[in-house]
Amino acid sequence: MQKFTTLTAQAAYMPIANIDTDMIIPKQYLKTITRSGLGKWLFAAMRYDAHGKEIPDFILNANPQAQILLAGENFGCGSSREHAPWALTDFGIRAVIAPGFADIFYNNCFKNGLLPVRLPKEAIAELAESKQDIQINLKEQAVICGNRRFDFDIEPNNKAALLNGLDAIEPVLAMRSEIKKFEAAHFARQPWLKVGG
Amino acid sequence: MSKTLYDKIWEQHVVHDFDDGSSLIYIDRHLVHEVTSPQAFDGIGREGRVLWNRDSILAVADHNVPTTSRNDRVTDDEARIQLETLEANCQSYNLRYFGPHDKAQGIVHIIGPEQGFTLPGVTLVCGDSHTSTHGAFGALAFGIGTSEIEQVFATQCLTLRKSKNMRIWINGVLPVGVTAKDVVLHIISVIGIAGGTGHVIEYAGPVVDRMSMEGRMTLCNMSIEAGARAGLIAPDETTFSYLKGRPFSPREQMWDKAVAFWRDLKSDADARFDQEIRINAADIAPYVTWGTNPEMGCAITQRIPNPELIQDGIQRASIQRALAYMGLEGGMPVDGIPVDQVFIGSCTNARLEDLRAAAQIAKGRRRAANVKRVLVVPGSGLVKEAAEREGLDRIFIESGFEWREPGCSMCLAMNADRLEPGERCASTSNRNFEGRQGRDGRTHLMSPAMAAAAAVAGHITDVRRFEKGVA
Ligand code: SF4
Repeated sequence: MQKFTTLTAQAAYMPIANIDTDMIIPKQYLKTITRSGLGKWLFAAMRYDAHGKEIPDFILNANPQAQILLAGENFGCGSSREHAPWALTDFGIRAVIAPGFADIFYNNCFKNGLLPVRLPKEAIAELAESKQDIQINLKEQAVICGNRRFDFDIEPNNKAALLNGLDAIEPVLAMRSEIKKFEAAHFARQPWLKVGG
Repeated sequence: MSKTLYDKIWEQHVVHDFDDGSSLIYIDRHLVHEVTSPQAFDGIGREGRVLWNRDSILAVADHNVPTTSRNDRVTDDEARIQLETLEANCQSYNLRYFGPHDKAQGIVHIIGPEQGFTLPGVTLVCGDSHTSTHGAFGALAFGIGTSEIEQVFATQCLTLRKSKNMRIWINGVLPVGVTAKDVVLHIISVIGIAGGTGHVIEYAGPVVDRMSMEGRMTLCNMSIEAGARAGLIAPDETTFSYLKGRPFSPREQMWDKAVAFWRDLKSDADARFDQEIRINAADIAPYVTWGTNPEMGCAITQRIPNPELIQDGIQRASIQRALAYMGLEGGMPVDGIPVDQVFIGSCTNARLEDLRAAAQIAKGRRRAANVKRVLVVPGSGLVKEAAEREGLDRIFIESGFEWREPGCSMCLAMNADRLEPGERCASTSNRNFEGRQGRDGRTHLMSPAMAAAAAVAGHITDVRRFEKGVA
């Protein structure tokens, strides 16, 4: 997985609350069996008109360089589709800054080198207004823009996953014997849990 | 120390507590469907990994399947490849799989309980947000992403942080014409679509105690629409009698042992919740959404709010955007909005009880002339069979409704069932997001009886008129 340490980039502002996963990547693009190539369809219904032509006003058409998305409350609500972070990262977005995120989307970000940052909406409005490049330093847990600095909270395990670009499965497999031991005791307590005997 | 039901199930599944506050949680049951699994299978294959416990997995094709004849070829190449990929993966990993021709096939969240695969006290995951449905059985059930699917395949575990506890206590008796769907839409409008974020919601109180398993599933299904990680209801006699004798339910002495264990699965009387919400059943009326997320709704007797009166800028803009998309105006009553299509289906409302409720309204009445199509899509092959045994299919067909094969269908419109741009739909599904049922399609969420009433009236209407025999 791609690491995330620091990023200095342009931001695109979408001042909309509850940007849902159907907006981020509409269902007709979920019929893929790979993870790649979804960036083209990021926010497809908002980005293209009914004839497939780009709508010039849409922020990511106007600013395709943006690597940071500034958004409203409850970003990523809706479905569990990991296609949402896949589409964002494939487009080039490396961080989303919003007052809050939906749980499943939030977890999916950390599996894909995408940093979700929670900041108060006043801070986001300020970042959007400044029109300058934004710097994000994950180790310091800070968003810096001009002479403004906003600190953010992040769970230690999620921070470590991004800083190190770790594969999530290998360390768990290394705990195999502990899982096996748990499993044996668990099935002894609730023997009916073993499907198919 | 006293514990909630969630605390108890969580503790029973902790393999390891890490220093950073996260825990390794063991997963008992894993449901798989064609849309979110291919990349996970691919990852397992590429890394040369093996599945930890293939018996814990049940796979089904539901999102992309046609609901016309099962013999229809899937003409959409990408959808067909996805279906074929699931089948091939199930074969090569030797998994239990309900394909489109299997009588037990159906929407993943309907067949899990129907097969007795969903049991009280288990941890259950699926690459699908409406996995919260299974919480109706006192299972800790939640949606996960594809990377997590791969992790559960390989390790049977997930690294998680514990959520907070919320309890929603529903007091009193539901008024006539008010169903579990109305209750959950009402709850979402009270706490908001992010109100449950970071929480597991336990539903309790007299209304829940009296509710059928079908109703409880509808309630837990839409917990995710309030942002919650999961919904939970403590198992009781209603749960046990639903599960007894199902294909994967424990049998004989094992059943007795299991039930004895399950009886203790409830929150302690003095358990502390991070948030407690009380709802009065008497305050709930048949509910309809008017906007583009499930919180944007009101009772059928109410009017759409006027965005001009909303102080908060982003909120006002959201409502304005929603009303423009929906082709509606602030201040309008929802009663009387004409509809073009009606969809009765989805993992929220496509079980037998739901179809009965819709048939009761449809019986002896006809689809209104302005309604182009009414789709009735049963949640599973077994629901379909049971409905046909009762003659519900005849009632629907005589009313001018279409009786289809099971699947997700127009809940998310990945297959051929969808709205045309600008069309308006009365739908029993769970999401009214922009484009959910087809690009520029307009969705109004409601109960099965309300949807059937809209189909025969030609517009959104109060089902209680029918129940009083007025319309
Ligand atoms: S019926 Fe709708 S919500 Fe349920 S699993 Fe299918 S697509 Fe998802």
